[in-house]
Amino acid sequence: MKVLTHKQELCTGCLECELACSRAYFKTDDRNYSAIRIIENNKTYHANMCTQCGECINMCTANAIYRDRNGVVRIDKKKCVGCLGCVGFCTELVMFYADDLEVPFKCIACDICSKACPEGALEILVSRVKEN
Amino acid sequence: MGTIIKDYSYTPAKIKRGYSGKSLYINLSDLRIEQKEITEFMKEKFTGGKGFDLWYLWHAVTPETRWDSPENEIVMSVGPLGGITQYAGTGKTLLCSISPLTDIPIDSNVGGYFGPLLKFSGWDAFELQGKSEKEILIFIDGNNGRIQIEEAEEYPEDTHLLAEELTKKYAENEDDMVNVSVVCSGSGAKHSYMGMLNFSFYDPRRKVCRFKQAARGGLGTILHDKKVKALVVKYRGVKPNLNDAADISTINKVGVKYHKEVHDLDHKQNKMRQIGTANTIMIMSQYDLLPTRNFQTGGDPEAVKISPEVFINEWLTQGLHDGCWYGCTMSCAKCADHFLITTGPYAGQRVTVDGPEYECAAGLGANLGVFDPQAILEENFYCDTYGIDLISFATCTAFIMECYQRGQITREQMGGLDLRFGNSQAVLELMHQISRGEGFGRIAGLGIRKLKKIFVEEFGADPKLLQDIGMEVKGLEYSEYAHKESLAQQGGFAMATKGPQHDEAWLIFMDMVNKQIPTFEDKANALYYFPMFRTWFGLVGLCKLPWNDLVPADNYKTDSPAKVPEHVQNYVDIFNAVTGKHIDKEELILQSERVYQFQRVFSVRMGKGERKDDYPPYRSLGPVSREEYLSRQELYDKQLRELQKLDPETMDLDEKIAATRRYREDQYEQLMDAVYRRRGWTENGIPTPERLKAIGMDLPELLEVIEPKL
Ligand code: SF4
Ligand code: SF4
Ligand code: SF4
Repeated sequence: MKVLTHKQELCTGCLECELACSRAYFKTDDRNYSAIRIIENNKTYHANMCTQCGECINMCTANAIYRDRNGVVRIDKKKCVGCLGCVGFCTELVMFYADDLEVPFKCIACDICSKACPEGALEILVSRVKEN
Repeated sequence: MGTIIKDYSYTPAKIKRGYSGKSLYINLSDLRIEQKEITEFMKEKFTGGKGFDLWYLWHAVTPETRWDSPENEIVMSVGPLGGITQYAGTGKTLLCSISPLTDIPIDSNVGGYFGPLLKFSGWDAFELQGKSEKEILIFIDGNNGRIQIEEAEEYPEDTHLLAEELTKKYAENEDDMVNVSVVCSGSGAKHSYMGMLNFSFYDPRRKVCRFKQAARGGLGTILHDKKVKALVVKYRGVKPNLNDAADISTINKVGVKYHKEVHDLDHKQNKMRQIGTANTIMIMSQYDLLPTRNFQTGGDPEAVKISPEVFINEWLTQGLHDGCWYGCTMSCAKCADHFLITTGPYAGQRVTVDGPEYECAAGLGANLGVFDPQAILEENFYCDTYGIDLISFATCTAFIMECYQRGQITREQMGGLDLRFGNSQAVLELMHQISRGEGFGRIAGLGIRKLKKIFVEEFGADPKLLQDIGMEVKGLEYSEYAHKESLAQQGGFAMATKGPQHDEAWLIFMDMVNKQIPTFEDKANALYYFPMFRTWFGLVGLCKLPWNDLVPADNYKTDSPAKVPEHVQNYVDIFNAVTGKHIDKEELILQSERVYQFQRVFSVRMGKGERKDDYPPYRSLGPVSREEYLSRQELYDKQLRELQKLDPETMDLDEKIAATRRYREDQYEQLMDAVYRRRGWTENGIPTPERLKAIGMDLPELLEVIEPKL
């Protein structure tokens, strides 16, 4: 299973990862379109993004969410009806949506943000354990 | 398969702010297909859904029309909010017709994908009039703008087979199956007046058709009489804003808030996602509300055998989405997978059983004295696939069983069926007989009102006793709540426009447990507000359950927790966001009242909307028999002392029963007076011209109906 991980002690809160993500997928600098969100708390930085836990797979009201061959949880855009159920159900609050999109979005562990991170604070971990 | 006898092309109307602006009319007698405009007048006065249905039905029928007259229509409409995907419970279709059980308009609401897909195919409403000569099916292709009428003799009759075959026939591949929805009934609808309609939705995880039911009032019987085997719609491409909402942002925001509420609170509240509506069985039994053995008592020690835990742990598949429309995270449409059938034509087969819902477990379980979950699930399956309304069937069979118990009818008169309470095998055999139109099954599905006549006239039963224990009003069987100790609910049932179904008002806890509505005026206010509010779901295309089967964490702090103010505001916000209008919660009630009063006048027009039609059987109000009195003697004796200043010690049992009856019947009369006043009706239950004027419904055709009655 592939999952994006974040090393808090290296993160400076520069938000390059957010920009890389929103630019790559939605061609915008608006952080509301990023699947990773850096939250500041007392000068330490926490990253919010999908843990690939798979909780949203069985609850999806259109059977549109699945785990791909790499163990990454993904949305089939053809099947999704934009009900936003998964947005409300994600315990980590990392399934995101925007009003001009028909389908929500989430981190798919693609590595774009980790490559953009100047501090090396982000890393894709690959484990053999497949969940669900 | 069958020959296509009509092929019709149309350009699917684009939906604007929740309405396509078009309705579809099909006449089965001459295969005429027409499009009608949804006028501004209709939207203004009737909003949609049930409102549109009743308006079309009004124009189709005369006071002489009966359920099987060719001019009777089945009308359906999903309402302006129907089909949005972002909130729970947004795919409900409302159907109306003149009922074989009541001879007045029935309305029935149902999930499944048909209604929303019909709207996306361009139709806000669909009228079906006339009668076909041959058995046919109607296929609506919403992507290509095509309607085909096809001969359908050779298709199977029962729902689970027919829907699967038609879904496969019209879907191009596996992924396309979710885009097809079928409406059909079953073999039981042929030989009963309680035939219902199944609305399908394909479950891509289980790879089977699932069903919701437009159950009440005999709609399946009518569809069968029109010789329509099935209606099929296909629409590919459901997306979040097909309704062309004025403000999608609000809908998204309110929707996500609600989904999160379900996620955070459902497991602490009603567990709708685990068990659905049957979560209340034990609570009902504890509060004496679980109708047992034809409503004789309100619970039973054996009820634990059909408790929610039993269904969750042993029968119902857990953890999968079970919504009857996209976006319903309440996900209450539970089912038992790989269930092994043991009787009837499908014995030995494994099937998916949709349910049991509360009404099923209470009705086909406790009310028949059956406390066996496996038997309940099998009864559930057969009612569904045969197309029999399980509520009417349960209440009617409970009545038959009590008639048998009290020696009013004999085993021979039931063709040898031993319909003792608790005999689930006999109940199942009765269903099979109804499906085959054989034996006692030829009359057992005609409903309590007709059975009372037959039992009295042909079997010599006691008419007074049958009147007291036959749980029907206006010809419709009661839904499954015992309610002898809640005067408000007695009114909620018996004064409900279409007949005693709890969808108008469910006030038992407010009234009996929490004692929030002590006076007649309080009860009348509740019997004004809640029927009006609940009517609204059926105007706009929504399911009632997400309103109060889950409440916000701080709901109890609000000034009226029973109304769930935050959720009412959600509805106001969503209505405005879809339609671009600016209603508030008062205007919402006004929208409802217009249709509510219209339906009452419609019933008056059909000959059944007056005071005389609003009386319950005494079983609803109090103890009919000695055993019933004795089962709660302490309570009844106390009431004699406290409410009537009588001394039960000096009275014999029959005197106590008679005194209790006099008191309770008088209370009911006083309640009627208060409710009629609050609803703006005359003492005889007729809406006044002043009231109609106040809500903008003083239409000439309505005044013409009520004037001779004033
Ligand atoms: S979006 Fe949320 S629920 Fe879905 S896999 Fe990621 S963390 Fe889990
Ligand atoms: S928004 Fe799409 S992916 Fe999420 S639950 Fe709804 S249909 Fe499934
Ligand atoms: S709450 Fe249940 S009945 Fe209502 S829409 Fe959702 S799944 Fe269907």
